[in-house]
Amino acid sequence: MAKIPVQFTLNGSEKAEFVDGGTTLLNALRDKIGDTSPKGGCHQGTCGACSVIIDGEIRLSCLTLAETCNGADIKTLSGLAEGGVLHPLQRAFLDTFATQCGFCTPGMIMAAKVLLDHTPNPSRDDVVEALSGNICRCTGYEPIIEAVLLAARANSQNAA
Amino acid sequence: MELRKSYFADVRKDDLHEIGQPRPRSDSPGHVTGKTAYFADRNFPGMLHLKMVRSPHHHARIRSIDTSEAEKHPGVVKVLTAKDVPHNVYTILTLIQIGPEDETVLADGKVRWKGEAVVAVLAETERAAQEAAAKVKVDYEVLPAVFDMEEALKPGSPLVNEYHGHNYYSYDSGACRKVRFGDVEAGFAEADHVLEQSYQSSPIEHAPTETTGCVVAPEGNDRFTCYTNTQAMFFTLDNTSIILQMPGSKLHFVGGTVGGGFGGKVDVIVEPIAVLGAKLTGRPVSFIYSREEEMQISSPRAAEKVVIKDGVMKDGRIIARKVTGYTDAGAYSRHSPYGAQKGAGHYPGPYTIPNVWIDTYCVYTNRTPSSAMRGFGVTIGDFALEVQMDKLARLIGMDPLEFRFINAYRDGDMKAHRQPTEGAALIECMQEASRTANWPVAEKYMAMSSYVKGA
Ligand code: FES
Ligand code: FES
Repeated sequence: MAKIPVQFTLNGSEKAEFVDGGTTLLNALRDKIGDTSPKGGCHQGTCGACSVIIDGEIRLSCLTLAETCNGADIKTLSGLAEGGVLHPLQRAFLDTFATQCGFCTPGMIMAAKVLLDHTPNPSRDDVVEALSGNICRCTGYEPIIEAVLLAARANSQNAA
Repeated sequence: MELRKSYFADVRKDDLHEIGQPRPRSDSPGHVTGKTAYFADRNFPGMLHLKMVRSPHHHARIRSIDTSEAEKHPGVVKVLTAKDVPHNVYTILTLIQIGPEDETVLADGKVRWKGEAVVAVLAETERAAQEAAAKVKVDYEVLPAVFDMEEALKPGSPLVNEYHGHNYYSYDSGACRKVRFGDVEAGFAEADHVLEQSYQSSPIEHAPTETTGCVVAPEGNDRFTCYTNTQAMFFTLDNTSIILQMPGSKLHFVGGTVGGGFGGKVDVIVEPIAVLGAKLTGRPVSFIYSREEEMQISSPRAAEKVVIKDGVMKDGRIIARKVTGYTDAGAYSRHSPYGAQKGAGHYPGPYTIPNVWIDTYCVYTNRTPSSAMRGFGVTIGDFALEVQMDKLARLIGMDPLEFRFINAYRDGDMKAHRQPTEGAALIECMQEASRTANWPVAEKYMAMSSYVKGA
């Protein structure tokens, strides 16, 4: 099978890979590039564990073909902390006990990040809406919603 | 969190340093940074993918299996059938002397549930494994199947599992696990009211976010490292050792963070066949359930049926309880004989009842084998018991919480299985619950104690 070249930016660094036609971005990130922070829970677009940010928008990497990501700017959870300092969302997930087994956490945090980037002071309903594509089977959604609202408050205090 | 230090002040040490203190989970920093390593985060060069050919029938005899087309499929490295498995018939709890061995790793001669593993295909890519699995030809003679526990127990019902010889598990006490205490019929005769009700539940799927699976890497010295999301590391290691007839010292199992489990990952299903694949090919092997397999193939919580008959006095005392419990094991035992047995111990409830009679059956049907899940064996029982308690309270016109105070077991009470009650604290919990829920009960109940006899 012919290999297809693809180039994109992942968490700020340039990546160039040859992938088989039909390879999902999730598999390319995990198996070829070695960024295992996006998780595969269903491989059919229903659980949200594989969510990554592509050009500022939340995307399901299990339903995105790697070959369509040429020139894209991709962000995953493994690139969120800067210089070893946790992002406010990461801090908030720790502080509110919003992560039990942790398998949904990468997708949850990425979805929450896109929300806060667009809507720095979200309502509870905004948070629920933004996380509605992400399934968690252990923690329960309340601590997760609380984490996102806490991170939003921390952000606005920093800005003030 | 508020600590009520007034309770049991004279018997409780006051040197607690952890309770009431927030403590971070040790693994959560890894979770929020994406660094936690789950089993599937291990990738090895040259890794093969294992896909299972599964039974499309609930119950069928296997006339023949033809793997020749699958073997020729590009990318296929090995195809495994029952004859490749050194000790193909096993049961998980054999390690604690619970038998007989009643489940096949790969079906041999017969399939007993829809989804049962028949042939394993190992290929260079997931896709090749999937395509080749579709080319395996199995010739089945479909047999009559049974899906209902009461049907399964009737004489003449299709025999699900020959290793048992009948459609129930044989306990040392016979066809069911029994508890006998006092004289239950005398209790019913004396009771002001008798209420018999039956309760039943459907199977429940755990649906963990991370599907079941493992990744096995040969170490090159006939030793194998298996990265797995099992919830029962040593059951898995020891059963793999028995199934593959290789010493445990050749098996290095690495567990760790499980991406959701709820009990569904205690069965020993993926590891033995994946290790066997790695042994026979000399290559790393990944066997991961698809989401569809996880929902359809992994063990659910058992369907249960509970029939409860209670004799109660006008003053609120339950004086007789007779319970018959049925646990639907599906086609194989796994943890179900244990679940049904737990039910037998549990059905008296946290109540002191002088006459108790309990039978619990572990029943085989042609359904997906059920197994452990969050308090299996007692959770559905508790639902049934507590609904029954509300019905009894209503029957005699009593407040349901006050009714429970009257029957609550207290320290020193003899339980139906002849274990004296110790450290009950049920009265105190109900007192707190009544305050918190704003559900007032009479002063005399608020003055009760689990600890002070006769108070
Ligand atoms: S793995 Fe992509 S949505 Fe579940
Ligand atoms: S923490 Fe386990 S799935 Fe969300």
